[in-house]
Amino acid sequence: MYDEPRFLPAGDSALVLELSDAIEAECNRKIISIIRSVEKIKGIKETVPTYRSILVYYDPLVTNFFGLKDELNEAYKNTEIKSGGRGRTFTIPVCYGDDFGPDLKFVADHNGLSEEEVIKIHGSADYLVYMIGFMPGFTYLGGMDERIATPRLEKPREKIPAGSVGIAGKQTGIYPLGSPGGWRIIGRTPVKMYDPESENPVPIRAGDTMRFKRIGEKEYEKIKEEIRKEETRKEMRVGGPGKNES
Amino acid sequence: MRVRKPGLFTTIQDSGRFGYQSLGVPPSGALDEYSFNIANMLVSNDEDCACLECTLIGPELEFEEDTKFAVAGGKFEVFLSGKQIEEWRSYDAKTGDVLEVKKAISGCRCYVAFSGGIEVPLIMNSRSTYTKGNIGSVVKGRILLGNEKATFNKVLSKRYIPSYENETGLRVVLGPQDDYFTSAGIGTFLNEGYKVTNSADRMGYRLEGKPIELKSSEIISDGVPLGAVQVPGNGQPIVLLKDRQTTGGYPKIATVVTPDIPKVAQAKPGDVIRFKTVSMEEAHSIYTKHYEKFEEIKTSLEEPKGRKGRRFRMIINGKEYHVEVEEVLS
Repeated sequence: MYDEPRFLPAGDSALVLELSDAIEAECNRKIISIIRSVEKIKGIKETVPTYRSILVYYDPLVTNFFGLKDELNEAYKNTEIKSGGRGRTFTIPVCYGDDFGPDLKFVADHNGLSEEEVIKIHGSADYLVYMIGFMPGFTYLGGMDERIATPRLEKPREKIPAGSVGIAGKQTGIYPLGSPGGWRIIGRTPVKMYDPESENPVPIRAGDTMRFKRIGEKEYEKIKEEIRKEETRKEMRVGGPGKNES
Repeated sequence: MRVRKPGLFTTIQDSGRFGYQSLGVPPSGALDEYSFNIANMLVSNDEDCACLECTLIGPELEFEEDTKFAVAGGKFEVFLSGKQIEEWRSYDAKTGDVLEVKKAISGCRCYVAFSGGIEVPLIMNSRSTYTKGNIGSVVKGRILLGNEKATFNKVLSKRYIPSYENETGLRVVLGPQDDYFTSAGIGTFLNEGYKVTNSADRMGYRLEGKPIELKSSEIISDGVPLGAVQVPGNGQPIVLLKDRQTTGGYPKIATVVTPDIPKVAQAKPGDVIRFKTVSMEEAHSIYTKHYEKFEEIKTSLEEPKGRKGRRFRMIINGKEYHVEVEEVLS
């Protein structure tokens, strides 16, 4: 972490508060603590926490770069890293291998492990959610065991289904939306990491911890079915869009 | 209202979705906020009501109720039931009328505002379409309109109507990562023109021109502000707009000032963009002046004061009538 934070201009309505030029868990915890304490500063509209910085959006009619810089500096100095404030822990059920994880075998072979060992290693770590970005609900996780690190596909797949769990280099993550991608896919979760119509569209926040729990195909289908039923109930309660059309 | 032809890329946009960028959800919203706000004002809506955003070729729409509407933005050919009409003013459409927003003559995007706005469900407090995030889609089928409330037709004074050239100057504040570029690279960026490529959409505009020299082409991913000019390893800049990824790993040489974002929105493939730096103090003052001008426009479009007319909604024999009663002095 830097001795003093850096304040970088980001146009007339945003600035970057930068704490470090490396990925460190402690820096991320400090960022999460600062965000909680700056929410009340007048003129701040939105904050985006990342690995080592915060992008602060502000209303230039209420405050400005110079004034806000002083206020943020003050908040930075007065914010202690709360050792207890480690966020919540989410356990994500994952069905590994077969059709859900077509690259599991490759990951195992590449690292001289059995598929079972890859699953065990992947499922036994605690992952810190450093940030969310790239696409809605995409978590940048720290803490993957390097024994299962695997390079990306040379040619990205055109379509990876939502919920796919993958490995890219030393990172692991989940695709919250169906999209093209080059990660090695080892499994899939039935849980929605991003649901735009939910009241809580992305349940996980930066600073939370994630774990993966192995489930079988039957359980995968069961959870999926429960989610479907819940959605139908909700639709019946709220009334789907466009019901008033003639 | 029925969508007879959707046009090239027509979506519903309001002022945007705020407070969700920390979850990876971009703000979306009308790319050219200036035209969008004025379109709403012309039909007496709140300035952030949901409108249609049309891109290069607009839609063909059939009215299923009497509605006041206005088109504003890039210069498009617009017809109401076969008769050419003007932009930057409101009109009354009758049931059965057909609105055709044809092709752009200059500029790239225009906004169609309807009195009462467009009724689609609020997703994260916004009606804006964000196709990549499964929120809404390009328009099709029917569009449900809100309850009309406008009474007077309005015209925007000519002095507020922008014109669109094939070459656009954008004011930028250097940073956040201008220190990732050589001084020669920054010189190139500020002195050369950059052509808009075909990869230019709501997410961002890829430009091409003389490569900008970098010291290093990768950063640890951080937040991406509106108007960020990101430069990947090939040295070709990308201006990021409202459907942008909320975070990214390429250095950002500069950020376009907010009042110039509509100019990007109106640039089309083949147009040339030039960048000019301003200091942070200047950027703030440009913003304030822009806001003052906006307030002036708002005042100029307010309902005429001093009219004594009172408005009533009456239902006679099941039919709805809007009646205005005005005292006439003889």
